Amino acid sequence: MKTKVLALVSLVFVSLWGGAIMAQSPLRIEIDNPNIEPMPFAVPAFIAETAGADQYAQRLAQVVAADLTGSGLFREIPENAFISTLTSFDSPVQFSDWKAINAQALVSGSVSTVGDGQIAVKFRVYDVFAEQELGGGLQFVGSTDGWRRMAHKVADAVYSRITGEGPYFDSRVTFVSETGPKNARQKRIAIMDYDGKNTQFLTTDQSIVLAPRFSPDGNSVIYTSYETGEPQMYLLDLSTVNRRRLAEQPGTMTFAPRFSPDGQSIVYSLTTGRNNDIYRMSLGGGAAQRLTNDPTIETAPSFSPDGDQIVFESDRSGTQQLYVMSAIGGEATRISFGQGRYSAPVWSPRGDLIAFTKQNRGRFHIGVMNADGSGERLLTASFLDESPTWAPNGRVLMFTRESAGAGGSSTLYSVDISGRNLRPIRQSASDPSWSPLLE
Amino acid sequence: MKTLSTVVLMSAALGLSACSGGLFDQNNRLGGAGANGANGVGGSDITTGALAPNSVAYFDQTIGNTVLFAVDQSTLSDVARATLAQQAAWLVANPTYTAVVEGHADEQGTRIYNLNLGSSRAAAVRDFLVSQGVSDARLQIVTYGKERPLEICSEEACYAKNRRSVTVIGAGAVS
Repeated sequence: MKTKVLALVSLVFVSLWGGAIMAQSPLRIEIDNPNIEPMPFAVPAFIAETAGADQYAQRLAQVVAADLTGSGLFREIPENAFISTLTSFDSPVQFSDWKAINAQALVSGSVSTVGDGQIAVKFRVYDVFAEQELGGGLQFVGSTDGWRRMAHKVADAVYSRITGEGPYFDSRVTFVSETGPKNARQKRIAIMDYDGKNTQFLTTDQSIVLAPRFSPDGNSVIYTSYETGEPQMYLLDLSTVNRRRLAEQPGTMTFAPRFSPDGQSIVYSLTTGRNNDIYRMSLGGGAAQRLTNDPTIETAPSFSPDGDQIVFESDRSGTQQLYVMSAIGGEATRISFGQGRYSAPVWSPRGDLIAFTKQNRGRFHIGVMNADGSGERLLTASFLDESPTWAPNGRVLMFTRESAGAGGSSTLYSVDISGRNLRPIRQSASDPSWSPLLE
Repeated sequence: MKTLSTVVLMSAALGLSACSGGLFDQNNRLGGAGANGANGVGGSDITTGALAPNSVAYFDQTIGNTVLFAVDQSTLSDVARATLAQQAAWLVANPTYTAVVEGHADEQGTRIYNLNLGSSRAAAVRDFLVSQGVSDARLQIVTYGKERPLEICSEEACYAKNRRSVTVIGAGAVS
């Protein structure tokens, strides 16, 4: 367990031909086009170049295809439609065979064992109709148990080259795994690949746990636990799975921490019951600073990616609304003005948007607005949607959707910030937090 | 079924109160994975004759350990104040007991907001008990937000019962 959580891969990137070779008029998905059609692509099974690599050849291609299809921007052409297949990584591609099935993009790959429990994965991306390679080929070397990460890296490269967006497939999500009935739910902090695979549990089900958040370096998780009988904050090191409770003030409850972008401090909620305010604490020690001081509820703080500002939720106007203040506290500016109640804001890693939860007329929504509050758009609607988290490229949100009734349960969903491509990711799970892109 | 589970939990609570733990003993405060009050130690479900007035069962059942709140509010209703006045009188008359006031919310709200709301509700109850002469040092508050509903349907009939505070009597041994 201990070494497993981050016994990931030490990936080594080797460019096959030095610098990237860009196509003359690159194959491109205009991701903000509202009438976007998924781009048809083909990923034949990777070519196993050594005997021991056979077991990865098909699976690598499947994960690459699943990543690209899952983005909603690509459409996989099934293998049974292929006219020919690839037999050698270095042989010329018969573009006519791929044009005939309308594969606009073709990904070829190979895998070989390189000794010591390691495999090497190579890939190339082709613009089929232009009959040329898109970007340069790349090679990754890593341990065999990290083969899925290598597939995600391949898919990330394809996605980025064709959309111009940053990558996000090689990432993980920490969340709360839920079992048991609604009135006695058992909860554990867990971690999985962004696509719901490779789940590992980080806590037992002895205490209620809530709202885990990744550190900016992806090496630790901060969360809220009732281990002492009341909500307090814990910092968990993913390499050792050791955790420590963060210093508390007697007679207070603390929860909903998030890291500053430099990972050196956290902002969180502290309640004495009479006061519900936002505090900031350095993880290196030192006294907590109080950032708000109001008789109303101030909670759910989230830093801007430059670390200069904090967006939070307050009911000082009479209903829950979103406010932005300096990261050292002081006057706050209200940014939400629509109908309903706004909560759980989280700043995009790109800095441009703030995602939030909105309650209006008995429905819950996940939405986004510009950081100044303009341009509000609701992306989802259901009985209960909440707790959005951003993919590392600021393009996709994951959130909790809870169903109604006595048998109600929580499921993680993701949605593109266009509102397209709503997809279930994992059942019996809540409070997702997306990691940064893995190194 | 419901009555059965209530009785079982009730006897568990009584068993705990017979133990002599420290002030705010951890296990006593939080039986198992969750809130005692959250698991249905409601007063009115059981009719029992002749409870001793100084018993925890009397506090839980005859006085009632639970008070209810309006949607998104932490102010005390007249009904709540009447119940809490009796809770306070019991605590004053039985000075060796401590209590944890749990604050709960219904599911119509985000998780973090409801933690704040539950805290405000628990604090409103604590402050009222203190105003009635109970020492602040004997009372602790804890918020469960929407984590431990008493009723599990997604209708107002259930929500009304989930917007609550529960005063959970702990072990004696306040010196």
